[in-house]
Amino acid sequence: MDKVKLIEAAQNRTDLPAFHPGDTVSVFVKVIEGDKERIQQFKGIVMGIKGSGSSKTFRVRKISNGVGVERIFPINSPKIAKVEILKEGSVRRAKLYYLRKLTGKAATKIKEKKKKLLVVEETKTSPEPEVIDAPVSETPEA
Amino acid sequence: MIGLLGKKIGMTTYFEESGNAIPCTVVEAGPCFITQIKTTQKDGYEAVKFGFGTKKEKNTTKPEYGQFKKLNIPAARFIKEVRDFPIEGLKEGDQIKVDIFKQGDVVKVSGITKGKGFQGVVKRHGFAGGVRTHGQSDRERAPGSIGASSYPSRVLKGQRMAGRTGGRRVTVRNLKIIKIIPDSNILLIKGAIPGANTGFVEIYKNA
Repeated sequence: MDKVKLIEAAQNRTDLPAFHPGDTVSVFVKVIEGDKERIQQFKGIVMGIKGSGSSKTFRVRKISNGVGVERIFPINSPKIAKVEILKEGSVRRAKLYYLRKLTGKAATKIKEKKKKLLVVEETKTSPEPEVIDAPVSETPEA
Repeated sequence: MIGLLGKKIGMTTYFEESGNAIPCTVVEAGPCFITQIKTTQKDGYEAVKFGFGTKKEKNTTKPEYGQFKKLNIPAARFIKEVRDFPIEGLKEGDQIKVDIFKQGDVVKVSGITKGKGFQGVVKRHGFAGGVRTHGQSDRERAPGSIGASSYPSRVLKGQRMAGRTGGRRVTVRNLKIIKIIPDSNILLIKGAIPGANTGFVEIYKNA
């Protein structure tokens, strides 16, 4: 099986950012119309990541004109020009199928990843303790 | 007909430039040593015999080992003969490699399928089985009638019944070669091929 992995490693993409279920992303897909190629954007919430190796896929859901639309993209497809992470969501599931039952604002809004995490990172990097206090006291207000 | 022997490694997804995802079987094909070249003068027909894989000396018979030793090549585990192989510039003891194929070639692949043991007619021959409801019992996967009554008073030969399934030689034709990696002797063949991973397969192409 190692040889399969070698072949997969040669073609798998490493340039895409690491996103997770719950993140709001914008996927730029290459679309061929006639002999012209253009880039189409698909913006929505990552519902889940499935599979492994070359056949790994991710599912993105958005609400378009009041209708839910889901698209599955192969992560290693050369048709994906790029993926932008717009928001990092905080979710407690690996597959967000419950979004299908939600309507209105709830269907598109996912709690953003806690700022606390970011603060912790800051404390590690910044040597001055005074700077840490300021963001910590701000978080509960926000 | 040209051919090569190999080992099935596994399956993966291959992406074309255009973005199409192609299901592919990875085959480690060759290098194969030519163990014998048969000629019309000597053997009555033209053919090439070649082997793949290696086995220990103690696992070969003495006459078998002598043949390999004469050509100074390792003892092959898997040996096949191909008729009318174009042999220009080849002699006994030479190697054939994946470069005899090229990308886009249409080949046929033979192998021994996975053994499935004693199976019923539904799995073995694709019978529909019986109805599941309407008061039936024990008829869900039954074969149904196996023939008429007092004439012929016997079951006809060839009647499809339950029995040993799989583990037989199967050939799949019209498979396309998607990619060749000569450095590591690897072929990517579109679609599935018979047998389990690590099983030996034969790959043929009409020249």
